[in-house]
Amino acid sequence: MQTQHTFLPFLPALTLLALLGPVVGGLYGTLLPAFGHLPAAGLSGPSLDPFRGLLAWPGFLPSVRLSMVTGIGAAFLSLSVVALILAGWSGTRAFRWVERLLSPLLSVPHAAAAFGLAFLIAPSGWVVRLFSPWLTGWERPPDVLILQDPLGLSLIAGLVVKEVPFLLLMSISAMGQVGGAKQLAVAQSLGYGRVAGWLAVVFPAIYVRIRLPVLVVLAWSMSVVDVAVILGPSTPSTLSVQIVRWMSDPDLTFRLQAAAAALVQLGLVIVALLVWTAAEWSLVQLSKRYFHMGRRHARDRVLRGVGAGLAGTVSLALILGLLGLVLWSFAGFWSFPDLLPQQFTLRSWQRHSAGSFDALTETALIAGCVVTLGIVLTLGCLEAEERHNLRLTSKGMWLLYLPLLVPQTAFIPGLQTLLLNFGLETGRGAVILAHLVFVLPYLRLSLQDPWMQWDRRQAVSSAALGASPRRIFWRVRLPMLLAPILTAIAVGVAVSVGQYLPTLLIGGGRVETLTTEAVALASGGDRRAIGVFGLLQTAAALLPFAIALVVPAVIWRNRKGLRHG
Amino acid sequence: MKTHWLKIAVLGALVPLTSWADTDPKNWDLVLEKAQGQTVYWNAWGGSPTTNAFIEWAGDRVKEEFGVTVEHVKLTDTADAVTRVLSEKEVDKDQGGAIDLIWINGANFASMKDAELLFGPWAEDLPGWRHVDVVGKSVQSDFTVPVEGFESPWAMAQVVFMYDTADIADPLPSANAILDWAKAHPGRYTYPQPPDFLGTTFLKQMLVELIDNSEELALPATDDNYDAVTAPLWDYLAELTPVLWREGRAYPPSGTRQIQLMNDGELDLAISFSPGAASTAIANYELPDTVRTFVLDKGTIGNASYVAIPYNSSAKEGAMVLANFLLSAEAQANAQDPNVLGYGTVLDVAGLPEEDKKRFDSLDLGIATLSPAELGRAQAEPHPSWMTRIADDWQKRYGVAQ
Repeated sequence: MQTQHTFLPFLPALTLLALLGPVVGGLYGTLLPAFGHLPAAGLSGPSLDPFRGLLAWPGFLPSVRLSMVTGIGAAFLSLSVVALILAGWSGTRAFRWVERLLSPLLSVPHAAAAFGLAFLIAPSGWVVRLFSPWLTGWERPPDVLILQDPLGLSLIAGLVVKEVPFLLLMSISAMGQVGGAKQLAVAQSLGYGRVAGWLAVVFPAIYVRIRLPVLVVLAWSMSVVDVAVILGPSTPSTLSVQIVRWMSDPDLTFRLQAAAAALVQLGLVIVALLVWTAAEWSLVQLSKRYFHMGRRHARDRVLRGVGAGLAGTVSLALILGLLGLVLWSFAGFWSFPDLLPQQFTLRSWQRHSAGSFDALTETALIAGCVVTLGIVLTLGCLEAEERHNLRLTSKGMWLLYLPLLVPQTAFIPGLQTLLLNFGLETGRGAVILAHLVFVLPYLRLSLQDPWMQWDRRQAVSSAALGASPRRIFWRVRLPMLLAPILTAIAVGVAVSVGQYLPTLLIGGGRVETLTTEAVALASGGDRRAIGVFGLLQTAAALLPFAIALVVPAVIWRNRKGLRHG
Repeated sequence: MKTHWLKIAVLGALVPLTSWADTDPKNWDLVLEKAQGQTVYWNAWGGSPTTNAFIEWAGDRVKEEFGVTVEHVKLTDTADAVTRVLSEKEVDKDQGGAIDLIWINGANFASMKDAELLFGPWAEDLPGWRHVDVVGKSVQSDFTVPVEGFESPWAMAQVVFMYDTADIADPLPSANAILDWAKAHPGRYTYPQPPDFLGTTFLKQMLVELIDNSEELALPATDDNYDAVTAPLWDYLAELTPVLWREGRAYPPSGTRQIQLMNDGELDLAISFSPGAASTAIANYELPDTVRTFVLDKGTIGNASYVAIPYNSSAKEGAMVLANFLLSAEAQANAQDPNVLGYGTVLDVAGLPEEDKKRFDSLDLGIATLSPAELGRAQAEPHPSWMTRIADDWQKRYGVAQ
């Protein structure tokens, strides 16, 4: 009892350190080489040469523009699609289906989803094959630029496909708190169409709650590496891709230029966040004026149709993409314009069985440690805040989101240098701590609401029956929150499984997870190998979600009210 | 002061005592003894399932025979390993480094040797070195940089072009033949985007092909001769680019992706740096069985792949044992088997003992692989400075062309 009281208050401080220490340290490790300080290459600063070199690179402006346009474009489109789907369909039976379909799709790793999409939309891809040659007359794939197009349209499509499920699920959980159904009914009784009514009344309340996730999506879209390598243009590529290229150039002075570019990348994200905030403000002013005009837009069948179409397209793109990976992993010879492989074979799976088993074990080990640590810290924090009456303010929320807002390319390479500077071995332990930085925010976000919504009268009754706070925590609150805790664990595992850059750089290349294997193979472009590892990756992320669904249903089979938390 | 002691304590705990002094490679028995039980972290490009499988096989074999455990660290880019050793040197981590062996050549080797990041010399002291073909194959200079025993060769590569006989009737044995064909069939040829090594190899190959006197290329490029020497190459690309795949507005990122595009029917012609790659790809269902290979009439560039040991490796003996195994007839013949890798051997096969020779004689090189006689003697690699400049220049002219 006594020990509990003394160590609980430390947990929030410890969590904050685990969350922000690596980010701050990593940024410091980037700052030094950006200003010309890299003793190993015989260079010592301060100097502005790295920035001069960066500005002299002819691709600088195009790649900055590309990062901005694709990032902001993808975030805006994703949010619009989500708003349209929710406005037109939330609360309907069709919407339930979309919700059920999309939650598992959320855990499909980015690289796997991007490859699936690439095989769908390429000129030699599935869509063209479906209509060739009987309709199009094409015996050979047409020479048209779809993937890697200079405007980054296919990159934007790939990002939207991944972000829509994320934002949709975030909004659904926000809707639970807002309770939009009643407001919508009032708006509709005043003659508003469903879409207009929802956008005017419910959306503002939801947006406030999903604002930080939206900003995370914005920052992530601007700085993502793996998806941009697969779908984005390469003449030049986005700034983040170029940073990773420079980091691996045999000419060591390019590391300085990479560090300078990493700082520019950070600046770009900050500018984009400011632009976004300004746009939010002006949109509020405009829409206020617009809704004051009192138009009802009662006939919105077309808009609802568009929303349904978009939801269908996103789900279909993800599902067909995965199906493509499944087929490739079993494919024998498979060429254009065949819709299916000429023969099926287990060769790809046999060939990768040994390597994939090792990677799977490593992945599970890391995810297990990370999530265990993370869940102890998160639950400890929540309990400590409860007992000591602390509240997570909106500033605190920003701190929580900081690791997700700062681009990974800006601080992970610096963190690697810093760890080495302290004489600490990079390896599995360090990777676990690095993953923790990205897993903690998601654990907190998944647990925050169920924790707060728990009926505190249960605690009062238990205390009245003589239970200590400790006993209430272990015997009442935790068991009652089993379902949301398992879901949070599943989210945490999915996040850990998907980490690429931290695993590669902090692991010193010695830590091989399914994701590092998959991206290494993806650099080669062998679709069969990508199929095998992409599917294993997806399975590793999906399995915990299945467990999170099944376990509460079994344990609480005679307590219906507890099954869903 | 406190942190200094902590650093020493941590480092001390990490470094096995045996590796404080390096073993002399000439004392091979001692090398074998110390290698026993060591774990070698072999950093090698991990983008190809066939090479990954070969490395796993080699690891199993040295485990059985010499008690050395091999862990393949799969890189997306060899330069990552260079960066890693550099980071370690930056913080004076001169013992117990993370990397024990690197698959390396060309610019990465030049850069590591120059920065004194390599252990050696050791390669010419390996027992297996006596069968290496030092006369017929360029294994003592790597892109004109003298090797001097700082890396050990394990595979030969030579440029070949893969073409689909279903679409192209006859080989296109010169730069101009390729250009004429491309003009008649726009959008059916491309090369991986430089600085991918296969892409820069294409540029180098065309340079060697297009200029009359290639002796200048053996020396470092200078500001005086660079423009004049490379002018024919840029003229050639100016004509070729508009008829490339996607009109040169996009390029495949790697050689493997290029093979995938050929399989998808988007390309009819592709460059490769491995004479056996086409046969291997056909056997793996990755290319149609109508694909064959050819070399240019004037010959094509060739080079060797090497393995090198970083100066701070914690398992130098184990790494040398592995490098020596890679030189064995068993490993070399296995690597040359198109069902495994299809790489050329570095050994002088004619000089091998009878039973080892048989391993090579019994190999079926595969349906699309040229015989050594058809391949001919490889042209020398230009000095790395040419490649670096050309890759930079390409980047300015075509890499940011939007």
